[in-house]
Amino acid sequence: MLTDWWTIALVTVGCAFFLAGTVGLLRFPDVHTRLHALTKADNVGLGLICLGLMIHDGTLPGILRLGFIWILAIFAATVSAFLIARWHESAGTED
Amino acid sequence: MNTFLLGAALFLLINLAAGMVRVYLGPTTADRLLTLLLFGTTTVATLLLLAYSQASAVLVKVALLFVMLAAIASVAFVRFPHETVQKTDDGRGDHD
Repeated sequence: MLTDWWTIALVTVGCAFFLAGTVGLLRFPDVHTRLHALTKADNVGLGLICLGLMIHDGTLPGILRLGFIWILAIFAATVSAFLIARWHESAGTED
Repeated sequence: MNTFLLGAALFLLINLAAGMVRVYLGPTTADRLLTLLLFGTTTVATLLLLAYSQASAVLVKVALLFVMLAAIASVAFVRFPHETVQKTDDGRGDHD
């Protein structure tokens, strides 16, 4: 039964980070700060949810799959955030 | 436990809907591109939660595919020229 409590706790904290990401997206003044908030908070949230589900799952292939999804999501978010920021920057000064 | 996971998935969807306000308000196009990141992570998390609450493992593979698509989609979006692009005389944007 103990593992269930861990899963519930981790998924709850993960959802809290998602909430922080969305609040950051809505409240922050500038594109870059929103990018920062969105990328960091959402990925930590996704990581915690993956961790909670790993414990809930318990089988090795499931754990590896969830870990791989999280790592891939981090790479995807990093690349996207950088590209969007650079694209936004180059809007003002036409290179 | 399954109902809790379903509740978390529902919460994430509501979170996603709240993020849509930025699309409406977003002054610049880059703000509207932010929702790509929002969709990337939130939908993947929702799919994973549904996969384990409905005990259907195929959804985990769908989430994996979605992560890849989100990355490629943002690269595709960035290739668009800006709305303030000055068309050169032969009609190509300044990016090419």
